[in-house]
Amino acid sequence: MKHLIDIKDLSVEEIDDLIEVAKDIINHKEKYSHKCDGKKLATLFFEPSTRTRLSFEAAMMELGGNVIGFSEASSSSVAKGETVSDTIRVVGCYSDIIAMRHPKEGAPYVASIKSEVPIINAGDGGHNHPTQTLTDLLTIKCEKGRLDNLNIGLCGDLKFGRTVHSLITAMSRYKNIKFFLISPDELSLPEYIKRDVLEKNNIEYVETKNIEQYMKDLDILYMTRVQKERFFNEEDYVRLKDYYILNKLKLKKAKKDLCIMHPLPRVNEISTDVDDDPRACYFKQARYGKYIRMALILKLLEVK
Amino acid sequence: MNIDSIKNGYVIDHIKAGNAMKIYQILNLNRLDCQVAIITNAKSKKTGTKDIIKIDKNIDIDLETLGFIDHNITVNIVKDDKIVEKRKLDLPETVVNVARCNNPRCITSIEKYLDHIFVLTDKENEIYRCKYCEMSLKNKD
Repeated sequence: MKHLIDIKDLSVEEIDDLIEVAKDIINHKEKYSHKCDGKKLATLFFEPSTRTRLSFEAAMMELGGNVIGFSEASSSSVAKGETVSDTIRVVGCYSDIIAMRHPKEGAPYVASIKSEVPIINAGDGGHNHPTQTLTDLLTIKCEKGRLDNLNIGLCGDLKFGRTVHSLITAMSRYKNIKFFLISPDELSLPEYIKRDVLEKNNIEYVETKNIEQYMKDLDILYMTRVQKERFFNEEDYVRLKDYYILNKLKLKKAKKDLCIMHPLPRVNEISTDVDDDPRACYFKQARYGKYIRMALILKLLEVK
Repeated sequence: MNIDSIKNGYVIDHIKAGNAMKIYQILNLNRLDCQVAIITNAKSKKTGTKDIIKIDKNIDIDLETLGFIDHNITVNIVKDDKIVEKRKLDLPETVVNVARCNNPRCITSIEKYLDHIFVLTDKENEIYRCKYCEMSLKNKD
C-alpha cells in the first residue's frame, strides 16, 4: 500500500502520470464522477486549514465518494490524550483513505507506519505539504506547458515556507531550472536545502532581497505569506510580515507570460490590484489543487 | 601510572579526550561486574590526548552506537592477554534512542512512546537527520 508523506515518495514518472490524469479529469469531468462510489475519505485536521480540507473534500465528492472527519484537534479524541497511531488505526476502520494535517512534523509518517489505509500528508508543521507541491506542478504544467527550462522566483518566507522547500525539491528533478531566492536575511532559504538539494543537483540559484531586481527574467513568481504560526516571537513576525508587497508597479518589467503563484491564503503580500492581471494564477492554482487531489486519491485507492 | 592489563575483554582506544564517561554511561558499563578502567587524557601521538576504556570481560558491545559517537575509535579485542583483533568503526546508517530530537515542532516532542531515530543522510559531513521531522542533529556531543 502506498502513502504520500513526502513529495520525494513519488518518482518523476509517477508525478507525470498524476499530472496527466489530472489534465484528463479537467477535460472529462463526467468520466470520473462515479469512480469512488461507496468509498470514504477521512479528513483528519489536527490543526485548522479550511482551504486544504475543502479541496480534499471537494475532490472526493467529485469522484462520487463520501467524506468524514474533523477540522480541529479540540473536537477529536486527541483532546483526551489519544496518540496519533491510535487515532489512525480507529479511523482506518471507518474509511478507505485518510488525508491528515497535523501541527507536529513527522506526525503523518508516524500515522503511515500503523495505518491499514493510505495516508496523505495534508501538511505537517513547517515540514512537508506534498499535495500543495503537486498542485504547484500541475499549475506550472498547465500554465507554462512545461516543467523544464524555467526561471522561478520564490519570494517571502523561504525559511519556514514548507511549500517553497518542497517545490524546490520537486523542480530540481527537471532540466534547466534556475531559482531566484527573494527574501530578507532572517527568512532566507535554510543552508541544508541549498547544499543538499540545489548544490548537490548543480541547480543554478541567486539570492536577493530586492523583488524587482530579477523581475524581467522570471517565468514564474511564487509569492508566500509570512506565517504567524511559525514564529515563537511576535516581534519578529510583526517586523517581517509586510516585507514584500507585490503590486502592479513592481510588475512593470515582468514578462508578458509571467505566471504569478501563491499557495494562499494571501494576506498583504499581493496587492488586490494584481488580481485582475492575466498573469495572476493563484486562484486558478486553488482549482488545480482539487484536480490533482482527485488524481492522487484515484492512484492511492488504485481505482482505474 | 600503571593500569593492569586485561586477560580477556576489550580495550576501547582512541576515544576523543573527554568522551570516555559518556561512552561509559551510554554502554551501561556501570552495570558490569568486572573491572572497568577509564583512562582520560592519555598521551596520543595522533591527537595529543585521548581517552581509553578497558573492560576485563567479553561482553556484547554496541559497535554501532560507538561508531555514532566517534567513528575514529578503535576497539581492540583481547584474548589470553593478546590483542587478537583491531576493529575500526564506521558511521551507522541508523541509530535508535541514542540521541534525542530537539526540534520543538517534532512529533517526538509530544508522543513520548516514539523511538528517537536518526538516519545518516550525508556521510561526508557526518550529518544525521531525525527520521520524523528531518531536523539535523546539530551536536552529537
